[in-house]
Amino acid sequence: MRTRVPLVITFITGFLIILGFWIPHDPVGDIQSTFLIWYAIINGFTMVLGIVSLVHIHTRKIISHKSGYGYSLILILSMLATLWVGLYSGIKYGDLYKIDAPFMWYYNSIFVPLSATMFSLLAFFIASAAYRAFRARTFEATLLLIAGALVMIGRVPIGDVIWHKFPVIADWIMEIPQMAAKRGILIGIALGMIVTSLRIILGIERSYLK
Amino acid sequence: MYIIGIWIAAFLTLCIFSFLYKDNPFYKLAEHIYIGSSAAYMFIYVYFFDVKPMLIDKFRTSVGFDKWILIIPSLLGIIMLLRVVPRIGWISRWAIAFTIGLGSGIGIVTGVHGFVLPQIKATFVPLIVMGNWMESINNLVLIVGTLTATLYFYFSKEHKGAIRLPIRIGISLIMVAFGASFGYTVMARLSLLIGRIYFLLHDWLHLVK
Repeated sequence: MRTRVPLVITFITGFLIILGFWIPHDPVGDIQSTFLIWYAIINGFTMVLGIVSLVHIHTRKIISHKSGYGYSLILILSMLATLWVGLYSGIKYGDLYKIDAPFMWYYNSIFVPLSATMFSLLAFFIASAAYRAFRARTFEATLLLIAGALVMIGRVPIGDVIWHKFPVIADWIMEIPQMAAKRGILIGIALGMIVTSLRIILGIERSYLK
Repeated sequence: MYIIGIWIAAFLTLCIFSFLYKDNPFYKLAEHIYIGSSAAYMFIYVYFFDVKPMLIDKFRTSVGFDKWILIIPSLLGIIMLLRVVPRIGWISRWAIAFTIGLGSGIGIVTGVHGFVLPQIKATFVPLIVMGNWMESINNLVLIVGTLTATLYFYFSKEHKGAIRLPIRIGISLIMVAFGASFGYTVMARLSLLIGRIYFLLHDWLHLVK
């Protein structure tokens, strides 16, 4: 029950998806879209699991007065506030992103500034990472440095002012050598993905059952 | 409300930027607000865009087989929640097995159809283009680059002997690709940074037009 049933479910699900590709007619023809809808529904339940887990961890922190428990309280309060605003807007306005819905205000005033600033912060850390990665110690590191520098200078207006060919070179790097290597990487990833998927469907790879 | 929103956004933006000095209570405050609200945001998004239309609304409007078949994903979803009950948590493997099986099946189909075949097809370009030597060079780089970069992922044989040179070419091109991707990512992050600074100077402080 604990091992065989999941293995059988995995095999049947994977097999039906592949079968639906070869036999695009009833009853297996639209099985992929049906299963994807089912997946989206299950995904909704896993969100509950995530919320429960997060609340559980931070509630324990608050109850035991661990250091920084005030932040845990803020986390839970912000989560509850967002849930309330979202449910209220969704039920009352019928559309979360309606211009006068409170959720839209929350989205523009809290979510977008927080996520955009958090990611923009990476610009600084990426710069320090670039210093370490781009030090031209080897031939490969030099290539990395030259390609990165040319793409960066070609993507800003000052690059065009310094030399009008910089944007052309940046575009060429992105479209030809970058594309060629990316293609090789993509083929490698896809072959790995196919083999791993096959191992999972056939029950050879079972690490997900642990 | 608009003005209050601008001030809250400016405060949260400055809280996160304060991390550039060092880790501090303001950053931690914004960080925890971000985690809490992001988790709830994802939940609300998935509920209103997936669960409600695909399960609740569909169950109300459908009849017969289409209606009752929805019990299966609902049951699998409930089974997934059993993970929080240690004694019967193992049953959640059934729902996990379904998602893993689905992902594997799609992985094989899209792996072949979405990645391998289109990428190979796009690599079959003419090596010599009459009257356009630049395109000939580009096509040569594309073919050699794709073949040598793919060869780099061949681990069944040690990278020695006859395949050493092509693999060296492959690594060099992969490095160019990484450098270009890195540069591209830096530019994307910088544009986000410019956007936030523009928000502070334009929307909040009205210092720039």
